Amino acid sequence: MLTEENLKKVETLKGRYPNTKSLTLPALWMAQEQFGWVSEAFMKYISVLLNIPYNHVYGVASFYTMYNKKPVGKFHIQVCTNISCQLLGSEKLVAHLCKKLDVSKGEISKDGNFTISEVECLGSCGTAPAMQINNDYFENLTLEKIDDIISKLK
Amino acid sequence: MSESTIKILLPEILNLHRLEIYQQHNGYAALRKIFEMKPDEVIDEVKKSGLRGRGGAAFPTGLKWSFMPKSNEKPKYLCANGDEGEPGTFKDRQIFEFNPHLFIEGCLIASYAMGINATYVYIRGEYKKWIDILQQAIDEAYDKNYIGKNILGKNYSTDIYIHRGAGAYICGEESSLMNSIEGERGYPRVKPPFPAQSGLWGNPTNVNNIETLSCIPSIILNGGEWFSKIGDSRHPGTILFGISGHVNKPGVYELPTSVLLTDLIYKFSGGIKDGKKLKAVIPGGSSVPWLLSDELDGVRMDLESLKAAGSAIGTGGVIVLDEDTDVLKVLKRLVHFYHHESCGQCTPCREGCGWMEKILERFLNGNGTMSDVDLLLDVANNIEGNTVCALGDAAAWPVQSVIKKFRNEFEKRARKEPIQRQPVKAPHVVEV
Repeated sequence: MLTEENLKKVETLKGRYPNTKSLTLPALWMAQEQFGWVSEAFMKYISVLLNIPYNHVYGVASFYTMYNKKPVGKFHIQVCTNISCQLLGSEKLVAHLCKKLDVSKGEISKDGNFTISEVECLGSCGTAPAMQINNDYFENLTLEKIDDIISKLK
Repeated sequence: MSESTIKILLPEILNLHRLEIYQQHNGYAALRKIFEMKPDEVIDEVKKSGLRGRGGAAFPTGLKWSFMPKSNEKPKYLCANGDEGEPGTFKDRQIFEFNPHLFIEGCLIASYAMGINATYVYIRGEYKKWIDILQQAIDEAYDKNYIGKNILGKNYSTDIYIHRGAGAYICGEESSLMNSIEGERGYPRVKPPFPAQSGLWGNPTNVNNIETLSCIPSIILNGGEWFSKIGDSRHPGTILFGISGHVNKPGVYELPTSVLLTDLIYKFSGGIKDGKKLKAVIPGGSSVPWLLSDELDGVRMDLESLKAAGSAIGTGGVIVLDEDTDVLKVLKRLVHFYHHESCGQCTPCREGCGWMEKILERFLNGNGTMSDVDLLLDVANNIEGNTVCALGDAAAWPVQSVIKKFRNEFEKRARKEPIQRQPVKAPHVVEV
């Protein structure tokens, strides 16, 4: 199920760690980057690929919040609502996004494009409020800036 | 040169992240220098510098390095901690972005001093952009043989690998971080044994913060004594102070330790937003006790001064709250964070953080009672010191300090009285 390129990466990574269990997090990342989320079928595939128990892979995937255990929209919008962002109005931003994109927190919009999540500190406190869309950070947000960013997403 | 213009970690040099620019500014000169020194001499220089860890605990770095066994029977590892999940903290990403080779050079010097076989740089998963920047710098350094086999023709080899986290705050704790590298859930381990005895895969391991390791090249080039004279002698050097919240110019400021907290807020960060007054400051990342605006006189940003003021330096992440801030709302958000991030291993933390969040929710919904204030304090007191790692303490300390300093706001809510946030003069005070 992993692409040829990712399988090659797995082989390279095997040389960096003394056992294959240590590849659990990197392999789960590969799955998420390839499919957008980590399915149970994929966890079973990883357990065979790395020769580790399936329940271990499941336990690890469920522990870490960044692994999506269900599908997300094409654009996963993660808004930080932790203290520094909260002080500068992040709650309003979440409400604005949900209304604008007609989607509830944690759900996928009807067109399949957007998922909005509230997340813990993004490490952007000096440029708060902040959000992450897929791998990109957007900072010093205002309602107008959000509208502009959303209009440019394709 | 005035002390506040000394920039060790983030000098104002354009494109310093590129290897050729870094080399033009003495880059990798410290690495060349250590090959003329014995590993113990390198450790002695770091001890002489007085450098303390920048991750929160402020443990003396040279001493920590000296705990590593000298024998090479087992492989030895260095973990560079770039998990950076503490709310209010956003300094390591500046190093990855603007000066990654400085950090790499620091890792290489630490590796030489302790006989490290491989460094694992643990970076929080959200920092994909910064992971890519660092990886590019690592690749450049491999190409130039600064990393790899027989570095610069010497009989010394070591590797540096990046390991990407996946959104667990607890992985900033050193033993959880090691579990995460081993492919496990990020559960903290019981100590002892300490990492220097039994760390990654049971082998001797040293865990250092990204900023700590980035201080090393300047210590080697200029000498430990030079470094020890910057800032406070008991906690020397410059620190990347991150300032956020209600200030006009939030951001990262590299300043010597012992800078006045009020200077940090009013001189460097431009004072409080919208001309408001200051209500409270969280001086070292979200887990440290809060300070009131009238407790800041003479408080300096170093280990001893903040300890004397009843708080801690932590990660140097200063969060500023203005006079209109609803402290209960902020505290509830913080407690929610610790509840969400508790790994669940220890009952006091797992259950207690959730309990504290529920009590605070009652207050915010207007259903809190007078006895709830003491209950909240009781729960916090029973979490503190009763868990494997410091996450429980980190959740308890803000609760304890906010109750101590803002008890009246809890009680007013319990009595359903409106909270007067604008400071007003008491009517019976007669001005003379």
